[in-house]
Amino acid sequence: MALVPLSRIAMARSGDKGEGSNVGVMARSDVAYRFLKRELTGERVRQHMRAINHGQVKRYESENMRLLNFILQDSLGGGGSASLKTDAQGKTHALALLRIVLEVPQEVLDATPHS
Amino acid sequence: MKKREPVLVANGQGFWGDSLLGPVRLVREGPLDYLTLDYLAEVTMSIMQKQRARKPESGYATDFVKLIERVLPELVKKDIRVVANAGGVNPQACMQAVLAVIEKQGVKGVKVGIVEGDDILGQLDTLMGAGEKLANMDTGAPLSTVRASVTSANVYMSAFPIAEALDQGAQIVITGRGTDPGLVLGPLIHEYGWKKTDYDLLAAGTVAGHIVECGAQCTGGNFTDWQRVPDMARIGYPIVEAHRDGTFVITKHAGTGGVIDLATVTHQLAYEMGDPKAYLGPDCSADFTSFTLEQEGKDRVRVRGVKGAPPTPTYKVSISYQDGWKAVGQLTISGPDALAKAKLCAEIVWKRLEMDGCKYSDAERLVEFVGANVCHAGIETAERHDPAEIVLRLGVKGRDLAKVERFGYELVPLVTSGPPGVTGFAGGRPHATEIIGFWPALVSKPRISHKVTVVTAGGS
Repeated sequence: MALVPLSRIAMARSGDKGEGSNVGVMARSDVAYRFLKRELTGERVRQHMRAINHGQVKRYESENMRLLNFILQDSLGGGGSASLKTDAQGKTHALALLRIVLEVPQEVLDATPHS
Repeated sequence: MKKREPVLVANGQGFWGDSLLGPVRLVREGPLDYLTLDYLAEVTMSIMQKQRARKPESGYATDFVKLIERVLPELVKKDIRVVANAGGVNPQACMQAVLAVIEKQGVKGVKVGIVEGDDILGQLDTLMGAGEKLANMDTGAPLSTVRASVTSANVYMSAFPIAEALDQGAQIVITGRGTDPGLVLGPLIHEYGWKKTDYDLLAAGTVAGHIVECGAQCTGGNFTDWQRVPDMARIGYPIVEAHRDGTFVITKHAGTGGVIDLATVTHQLAYEMGDPKAYLGPDCSADFTSFTLEQEGKDRVRVRGVKGAPPTPTYKVSISYQDGWKAVGQLTISGPDALAKAKLCAEIVWKRLEMDGCKYSDAERLVEFVGANVCHAGIETAERHDPAEIVLRLGVKGRDLAKVERFGYELVPLVTSGPPGVTGFAGGRPHATEIIGFWPALVSKPRISHKVTVVTAGGS
């Protein structure tokens, strides 16, 4: 086991969706995907992002892209042109989620290439 | 009609404001059959309706006309066709401007087509009278609650009218609001004669369109592992090499910067994604979990096996309305003690405004200390340090225009009446701007009709 940031075993892209944002997390290996499907739950993401997102988090899966897609329902301070925030479109939310620190088994790290 | 396979469809403009070089380089740096360009965001439609109200011959993307002026000789020489949603809320006027450019350059015989019917601002009351509630998809509230403030209303149109204009020989097709992937799907429907019930094929064209719709966002732009993206200054814009059977390759011109691999393509597939099993559009529902991705060479990713399903009986409508005012301003505050002084400055501004009768609730105001972790504030593992300087960014919003405007007067005075080291006020006093609210709604398909018009430049 080692404590590593999510960015060690996954990549991510985020963007706006109405008054919320989505963060697509793509595992860097099949082994990492299996691990993340188990560990990176919607609730875990909601906890980590709670200073940014004030709503619920919903998770979708897409095996073909090793993708976990998280919908953050209220994360833009109003969204669209109503937001006063610098990041009114959630462009940086992917990087915020990649900062989450996870306890990852050594065999997952060994099977997962660095960037 | 030329029979060809594969067909090369590129996107040279991911949004209004994207690099002017994207489309210019695409027509110069390699082979191409279609150049697609996206100019519209939700807020754009509202701005364009206002422009048109002031000046009847405006209300479209003028950048597009300048682009055609610049690349027309190459478009004609290489027989590249263009599909752009540059028509905004006035495709007719956009077409006239493009025709004028073509005629000025003395080029004969170029056909320009427009697709109309998406702009339903003038039909809202008729539609509501006929029983269309146009309820807000998020809140369920009927449109009647904001009807008086509506500034634009546009239907996300089908890609079939684009194919119709191409069928009629248009080399340049100008639309109003349609879906972004539809700009790519339209040419494929035209080339391969895909039918309205070919849901897998329509879904394949939709997935292809989604991958390229944000330009360089699938070729290494906005990519997690940015350190390994070569030559980002000359990043290549994406090209779909599309086959009749719905398989396609995402690629870019040889010698351009950036990278296309499984990682960069899936980054874009995930962009603005909701439920990957049901990506809804006017022509089909695409299943993003259905297909396989394969790296088949340098900067070539093949996608196959896309599954689709019938579309819903409704079109999505994007309605915008005036929803209050906001003002945002900023100052730069140097060290020493940049953060402490920035906090004091913010406190001073709110106190002075309150002294003059303007109190803003937390929901109506914002303070950001840019440089001291704004984007990831509250994320436990984000860096914390005392920056050498800070940009203090303050904003307010609300329905009372005078109160929002009043805020702007109290920012610059900090330079002489706050702590030392306050500067960077070059932008002057912040002013109130309109907040445009969005109202996503649905309308039943039979109530919406489209019109395709194709005109030959020079009249022959």
